[in-house]
Amino acid sequence: MIEVENLTKKYGDLVAVKNLNFKVEKGKIWGLLGPNAAGKTTTMRILTGYLPATDGKASVADYDVFEKPNDVKKITGYLPENVPLYPEMTVHSYLNFVSEIKQIPASQRKEAVEKSVAISGLETVRGRLIKNISRGFKQRVGIAQALIHDPQVLVLDEPTIGLDPAQIIEIRRLIKSLKGERTILLSTHILAEVTQTCDGVVIINEGNLMASGSLEELTASFKEKEGVVIKLKKGEKSILSLLKKIHGVDEVSLVDDEFKIEWTKGKDVRDEITKLVVDKELGLIEMRPLAMNIEDLYLKVISGGVEQ
Amino acid sequence: MKNIWAICKKEVKAYFTSPIAYVVITVFLVLIGFFFYSLVWWFNSQSLQMAQNQYYYQQLNINQMVYSPLFHNMSIILLLMIPLLTMRLFSEEKKRQTDELLFTSPISVNQIILGKYFASLFVLLVMLFLTGILSIFVFAYGNPEPAPILNGYLGLFLVGAAFISIGIFFSSLTENQIVSAILTFGALLLFWILNWASYSAGGMWKSVLNYLSFFQHFDDMTRGILDTTDLVYYLSFIFLGLFLTHSVIQSRRWR
Ligand SMILES: Nc1ncnc2c1ncn2[C@@H]1O[C@H](COP(=O)(O)OP(=O)(O)OP(=O)(O)O)[C@@H](O)[C@H]1O
Ligand SMILES: [Mg+2]
Repeated sequence: MIEVENLTKKYGDLVAVKNLNFKVEKGKIWGLLGPNAAGKTTTMRILTGYLPATDGKASVADYDVFEKPNDVKKITGYLPENVPLYPEMTVHSYLNFVSEIKQIPASQRKEAVEKSVAISGLETVRGRLIKNISRGFKQRVGIAQALIHDPQVLVLDEPTIGLDPAQIIEIRRLIKSLKGERTILLSTHILAEVTQTCDGVVIINEGNLMASGSLEELTASFKEKEGVVIKLKKGEKSILSLLKKIHGVDEVSLVDDEFKIEWTKGKDVRDEITKLVVDKELGLIEMRPLAMNIEDLYLKVISGGVEQ
Repeated sequence: MKNIWAICKKEVKAYFTSPIAYVVITVFLVLIGFFFYSLVWWFNSQSLQMAQNQYYYQQLNINQMVYSPLFHNMSIILLLMIPLLTMRLFSEEKKRQTDELLFTSPISVNQIILGKYFASLFVLLVMLFLTGILSIFVFAYGNPEPAPILNGYLGLFLVGAAFISIGIFFSSLTENQIVSAILTFGALLLFWILNWASYSAGGMWKSVLNYLSFFQHFDDMTRGILDTTDLVYYLSFIFLGLFLTHSVIQSRRWR
């Protein structure tokens, strides 16, 4: 339903998104996960037709975003990072305005507004000026706005930001309830949001794709890997290349003062590592098995410890 | 058409829920009222003096003595007021990031621009219409010719419409409303007084500068002359303003 191929976006010299590839199947919820400045908002702006890409392709429901922007806009609901609200309008008149510009026929507008008010739980504030309602309600008006034309595809940029814990749970429940008929792409910094609401995830950092796939796929792929974390007295960067040279080692990274070493399941290289440590007199302080899951991967991404 | 109407409605509502429209209209009317009063008073005193002389009395013409200068004053006040009306049109959307809603909705950039343009035109019409009330007194107590007055109003409307198209252009350039207003004001003033430069210029430049000046075209209309070249001038000005706005918005997004 949502497809991104080799997508690249440059702001002048700054490359915000680099060769991004991912695909979201119809009826699924996917999370776009990444730390600040990862390029999440940029990707979503391109998908919704707000920004052009520098290179690459993007399509929604088989409509090319750059060639058929209007077809894409008709079937896509979008909650931008900063909820686009007019403070001097009431909630009701705002939603009414949105229903007009989203091309809902006049005869169905009233019903559409009612429905989105009900889904987003806005009954109590519908007559109030937007500038006077609380942050959480503003966020909900944003969600109502995205849902008003009953879109097949929803793009939600950090839908739970600025909400209190009870509201976060409620909004997540709301998003889950929208699943099935709709395809949803949501962005977040929070891993828990992905594991609780999403079927799949795209992890990006500084515009680079770090991992993507359904949650099952990703966990399965981690099961095929094993690893250890070692702590050395001489924890210098130069040791990274020594460790990499060991036959069978797939990946080595230095996080804080600990080395993470990974290999494919079955090819246990622990003996070789110990041998290297003893030969070079590196002074082993600690060696423990590496927990392999998405959390781990994401922590690595956030702490910048991933090497491509 | 439906989309233009939706945007236009929203903008008109925004004008009248914020104080902007009321303040601009009120200040405009107060100033025009003042000018009108002084001009009529002056006309009256002139008529009393000239009443002794039948020949001069015949020469007195309320159209020339009251309306022609009044229209000039109105156009100058419009030049001061219109930047305040247009400054928010795109700057505010950008600042509040509501442009993200507009540009991700299935409506075209042209429809957005036209919707906003018509909303400002509506406020202009309200302003001009309200000044028309003053003329009721003139028609009640005197006998001016209606045709030149209507012609003058048409001129004012066209001048205002051209001003708005410049204003909307500068509003698309910046997210700062003050900057947008100042740039609009500067540009309008420059176009207004362009004919001053024509005094020193020679040959072809003289006529080019004269042609480009707002003043030159407006002057004719206040004296009741409706020329197609003036009409063409204003319409091309409006078109150019809106076209540039469109280019700015597209290029900003496609960079
Ligand atoms: N209009 C712009 N002009 C220049 N650079 C920009 C612009 N918008 C974003 N960037 C840069 O692009 C990079 C990616 O930004 P983006 O907003 O997509 O990140 P994000 O993943 O949404 O971050 P966050 O989690 O903080 O919202 C950042 O380095 C940002 O500074
Ligand atoms: Mg963001």
